[in-house]
Amino acid sequence: MVSGLFPVVLNGAATARRGQILVGPVDLTLNGGGVCVVIGPNGSGKTSLLRMMHGAARLTHGSIDWACPTPQARRAQAFVFQRPVMLRRTVRENLAYPLRIRGARRREALKTAGDWAERVGLGGMLDRQAPVLSGGEQQKLALARALIIEPELLFLDEPCASLDGRAMREIEEILVTAREHGTRLILSTHDMGQARRMADEVAFLLHGKVHEFGPAAEFFTRPGTPQARAFINGEIVE
Amino acid sequence: MVDLWSGLVQAFWLVATLDSELVEIAMRSLRVSLSALGIASIIAMPLAALLAVKRFRWRRFVIAVLNALMGLPPVVVGLVVYVFLSRSGPLGVFGLLFTPTAMVIAQVIIVVPLIASISHQALRDLWEEYHDLLISLNVTQWQKIHTLLWDARRALLTAALAGFGRAIGEVGAIMVVGGNIDHATRVLTTAIALETGKGDFALALALGFVLIALAISVSLTIHWLSRTEREAKW
Amino acid sequence: MGVVLALALGSAAQAADVMKMAVTTSFHNSGLADVLLPEIQTDLDLEVQLLVVGTGQALKLGRAGDVDAILVHSRAAEEAFVEEGFGTHRREIMYNDFVVIGPASDPAQIGTAESAVDSLQKIAAVEATFVSRGDDSGTHKKELNLWGNAGLDAEGFGKWYNAVGAGMGAALNTAAGMDAYILSDRASWLNFGNKGDLALLYSGDPVLFNQYAFLPVNPERHGHVKNDLAMKLEGWLTSDKAKGLIDTYKIGGETLFVFNAAQVQAVAAQ
Repeated sequence: MVSGLFPVVLNGAATARRGQILVGPVDLTLNGGGVCVVIGPNGSGKTSLLRMMHGAARLTHGSIDWACPTPQARRAQAFVFQRPVMLRRTVRENLAYPLRIRGARRREALKTAGDWAERVGLGGMLDRQAPVLSGGEQQKLALARALIIEPELLFLDEPCASLDGRAMREIEEILVTAREHGTRLILSTHDMGQARRMADEVAFLLHGKVHEFGPAAEFFTRPGTPQARAFINGEIVE
Repeated sequence: MVDLWSGLVQAFWLVATLDSELVEIAMRSLRVSLSALGIASIIAMPLAALLAVKRFRWRRFVIAVLNALMGLPPVVVGLVVYVFLSRSGPLGVFGLLFTPTAMVIAQVIIVVPLIASISHQALRDLWEEYHDLLISLNVTQWQKIHTLLWDARRALLTAALAGFGRAIGEVGAIMVVGGNIDHATRVLTTAIALETGKGDFALALALGFVLIALAISVSLTIHWLSRTEREAKW
Repeated sequence: MGVVLALALGSAAQAADVMKMAVTTSFHNSGLADVLLPEIQTDLDLEVQLLVVGTGQALKLGRAGDVDAILVHSRAAEEAFVEEGFGTHRREIMYNDFVVIGPASDPAQIGTAESAVDSLQKIAAVEATFVSRGDDSGTHKKELNLWGNAGLDAEGFGKWYNAVGAGMGAALNTAAGMDAYILSDRASWLNFGNKGDLALLYSGDPVLFNQYAFLPVNPERHGHVKNDLAMKLEGWLTSDKAKGLIDTYKIGGETLFVFNAAQVQAVAAQ
């Protein structure tokens, strides 16, 4: 996949709602490829950072510069939410929806939807109504629906929160495959095991700011700050 | 009680013998109210969707007005429509007063706020649910509205049925703009008013029972026709 | 949705000629229209659509040009209507009469009244419950006129006087429910199905005669009105055939209307 998005440069980027800064100011440069895991205590701004980068939360300060024009950049991204949003339609129609939005023919969109359902293990459920699937199935569907447009960059906001171990493994397998195909992943999690398994880079957030950023191996073996060390060790960080 | 019983008996015979006058009146009721419902839905539902997804300055005001208009007295609507359609009114040249079209117009005005308000509530809830996903997918305003209307179709059906109930049971406005002309604008409700005026309570009640039966069968038919997605939890 | 629109636009099948006429509730309640209209349809190939309203509203419809002719019974208002140029002329067709209805027990003893005015005075004297149309209709105007003749003012009456603001039938329903006295036209009373304990207690005073007149709406005021059809209808209503039908129309063996149109082709009035 040709990378037209990266590098992306965040320069003093921040998002605020009703005067309250949710995350930022953030200075960060990300290159293409691999998995960037965003960790940090609850309320440190993980979700807000992802939403701000994706453009779902309004950028109130600073700038985010993609290597291509922003509208084009947004078209090359997808987002998977912590609580999957299920359209009140069948699995097949949920999967086809992003393609239809982009102007694909119905017949082709439904065919591609079938292929993707197979890939994530939902092949037998194509005609089930999405809202009645189990939590794990819903998240797999959400993941497939995000990947179906073949994004260059996929945001995942704690995709495995409240899922059991089996569902989590299946999701991680899909993510690994996506990374191998060159999709850049930015994944927030509070599960340190998942962070260690998935991360190529780590961004450690504290109080709405990027406290530490660097290659995963280095971060986990030699964290640069006492707070990061404490967080890795499972201590309470305030 | 005697009237109630003889009303039931009379209703039974009117229906059983397919009384030609009853059939004519009932069909006109259906035609007028279904036409009004169709037109009102085309206006009200996209309006409701727009109110759900678009933030504009007068949004709250429009919603409040729609909610208030749900309680609009039909006879007032009838009078206003009458004044507009009267030969001496601004739209008099079309000669629409005392025609079924005038009745459709009045019913559309009565029913639009009701359908729009109920639809808006359902669509607003659905929009809350879908918001993040649709924003993330960069959908256009039109795609948003289309998606919401399609996925909320069950709730919209309920809204439409409520509108139909109000339209077919309405008498105040259509009496004024239709004139209750025999073989031209007489419908079930105005016929009931007429028979009540003649003191023929049994016949009035019989027509009333027919009206209720008609409303119920339309509702059941629509539900039955739309009962295709059994698995759905909504 | 195309079907819906088609339904909305396609209105009733049209006869060769259609005209609209506003008539009073009392005329319609008599059932005479059901006898006359089919004959008119056959003889003239003319469908007369009736708008059944009070005299006040009938005149209003004529003023606005929403009907082609009116058939009402309130002489003063009719003459004003013609005078103001809304009607071409006024043609008397027939009359029936008003009757005083009340509870069969007749607490005001109006059964022995010497005149219509006397009967009302008796009712007012004992303040027996009375229902008034109160809707500016011909019947209502007649009633107010009678109170005036009796030297009384309905405005000053107490709780026993109930102006219901409704048509003849609805007012009769109210009177039946309240066991009240009421002034009604004979036809509405005879055709009324919910008499309860009410009975016809007084009638016959010539002052109670109720003249119906036909007034075509002036085409000079409203260019779209079908004056030719109205004139055709007037010709029929004053014909010998109409005379026969009107004079022989009976409810429960009672004659209701007396045909009294001046059968000269040139209309004298105006």
